[in-house]
Amino acid sequence: MSVYLHMTVLVLYGAATLLYLLYLARQRDAVGRISRWVLTAGFISHCAFTFFRYLEAGHTPITNLHESLSFFSLTIVAVFLGFQHRYRSAVLGSFVTPVALLVMVTSTIFPSAITPLNPALKSGWLGFHTVAAFAGYAAFAIAFCAGIMYLLQEHALKKKKLGAMYHRLPSLETLDDINYRCLTIGFPLLTIAIVSGAIWAESAWGAYWSWDPKETWSLITWFVYAALLHGRLTTGWRGSRAAILAIVGFCVLLFTFLGVNLLLPGLHSYR
Amino acid sequence: MNIIVVGLSHHSAPIDLREKLAFAANSIEEPLRELVSLPDIAEGLIVSTCNRVEVYAVTRDIAAGIAQIKRFLADFHDLSFDAVEPHLYGYHGEHAIRHVFRVASSLDSLVVGEAQIIGQIKAAYGYAAEYKSSGLILNRFLHKAFSVAKRIRTETGIASSAVSVAFAAVELAKKIFGNLSDKTVLLIGAGEMGELAAKHFVSGGVRDVLVANRTFERGERLAEEFGGRAVRFDDLFDHLHKADIVLSSTGAAHFILEPKRVSEVLRRRKLRPMFFIDIAVPRDIDPEVNSLENVYLYNTDDLQGVVENNLEQRRREAEKAEEIVAGEIGQFQAWLASLEVVPTIVALRNHFEGIRRAELAKTLSSWKDLSPEEEKRLELLTSAIINKLLHVPTNVLKQTGQGNRTDLYLDAVRNLFALTTEPAGGPDEPPQDEEEG
Repeated sequence: MSVYLHMTVLVLYGAATLLYLLYLARQRDAVGRISRWVLTAGFISHCAFTFFRYLEAGHTPITNLHESLSFFSLTIVAVFLGFQHRYRSAVLGSFVTPVALLVMVTSTIFPSAITPLNPALKSGWLGFHTVAAFAGYAAFAIAFCAGIMYLLQEHALKKKKLGAMYHRLPSLETLDDINYRCLTIGFPLLTIAIVSGAIWAESAWGAYWSWDPKETWSLITWFVYAALLHGRLTTGWRGSRAAILAIVGFCVLLFTFLGVNLLLPGLHSYR
Repeated sequence: MNIIVVGLSHHSAPIDLREKLAFAANSIEEPLRELVSLPDIAEGLIVSTCNRVEVYAVTRDIAAGIAQIKRFLADFHDLSFDAVEPHLYGYHGEHAIRHVFRVASSLDSLVVGEAQIIGQIKAAYGYAAEYKSSGLILNRFLHKAFSVAKRIRTETGIASSAVSVAFAAVELAKKIFGNLSDKTVLLIGAGEMGELAAKHFVSGGVRDVLVANRTFERGERLAEEFGGRAVRFDDLFDHLHKADIVLSSTGAAHFILEPKRVSEVLRRRKLRPMFFIDIAVPRDIDPEVNSLENVYLYNTDDLQGVVENNLEQRRREAEKAEEIVAGEIGQFQAWLASLEVVPTIVALRNHFEGIRRAELAKTLSSWKDLSPEEEKRLELLTSAIINKLLHVPTNVLKQTGQGNRTDLYLDAVRNLFALTTEPAGGPDEPPQDEEEG
């Protein structure tokens, strides 16, 4: 069952990505609407897939890279659908859906078999910790996309080259606002994930903090976003500066997520 | 019945002649009555704008109709026919339909894609409907023109970008700030260009306007006009940080805003973006200001460049629009052709004949023991019934064919018997009420 659902999700996300790109090229409202429906259908299948997986495994299905990436993709789509509702910007989809699709496709590289749960993970914290972390990651992924869009739009306005992209992209203020909103969603979630992780670590491994690579890099990521949030609130780091930091922050975050799992051996290296 | 167009526009006549031929909207009733009382004109309406004066009419006799309208245009305004005639164009058939579709879609306008013309034509049609100078054909024709115009507006980008410097500035501001309603415009210098641009910003949604002018009183008067406030020119830097959009058009011989001062202002604003528009020549704002973070500076040439770009884009979009027009002409022509007498009578006869044959075949197939002689009799009997039934309607249609209101009968007959339109396709979709405005 979950194998078919997984395929369905991939196909629907692929179709939604193509449609959103078509929307970017053609700017037909009807295309934008259909893109949203297809993506929503993909999202529903994805929820169903995750639920079946949960039933099959008997625990929160975020224990290896296949499951994590799939769940990451799910949260990106969820946060985007929420934002699309708020900002009515279908163009954002043209940037977000390729990311969600890429993450989903990457998940298929890793073995999907359900393996017995590592004893250390047998805890009620598993669901809480991982869901908070990935919801935060998703908000930062949207901020990353908004940041790229901001830089493209700003470049057009500064250089006075008002091409096709300029006409399609939303205003700088909207993009900056999306960036800020993502930060205010993502940062508390990341904080919750780290704190809950520490509490869980204490009960599972006997120490709140053991400078495991994952912990170290999570802290670095947290500092990057904390700096951005601080700068934003005090000295007005907005616009291009905020956009660049959102992009840098996401790259660090990707390393924390993937680089640490694949390259640096430690307690968190789940594959 | 034929659609004809007679008139002149900025393409064919100078402004002084267009002025003389213009019809005032408040006294349009009389010319409309005169127009439809012309011997060969069945329906008519008059479009009169600053760029064109045109009559759209329905006639039996194309040459006579065009000649009578030309004469009417000159006579009504007490102008000599010979002075007016060389500037008048007259179209019929496909050309007339294409012309009206193009005009309504703003493809024939001085500024392609401008939005006013459709409203002007709707108003002209409103008068014609009110004074009953338009009828079945013009009604259908104008509704078709409105729907073509609407299609072109939504399917092409001919009207999607600004083509004046002031509008281009507002459009840029919207790409920077999104919503302008909570933004502040600071107008430096109370020159004419600055005033015009400020007006565009106010109609673009800006509610807060500051005016800094060397003569404070002049600044005050202008500020009053926008419901804004005047500030002393010497205190400019005490107020600059409040402005999101700065419009500068002073007569100063040197830069009044330099990067150093502006970056101080930015810090005070916590780096909130600023949009500087320098429409002064010589320039008021050091071009280096553009390289500051979150600052966008456009001068007259930059804005002109934006306008040129947009015009170029409109021209490309206009080509797509022409294709849409071409596609819609055939459909309307088919409907118009269906209003001719002979094809309608033929269609009516075919319709009855088809029913007769079908029913007869049904009867004969279940009634096996008939002799060929009896079959022939049945054939003759049913034919005679059809002929008798259709005798009077056919004669009425032929007789009304001589008069002016044939189209009403023909349209009614086609609707009553659901006769399909010859030569191509079904009847046009019914007029859409939402189009009226």
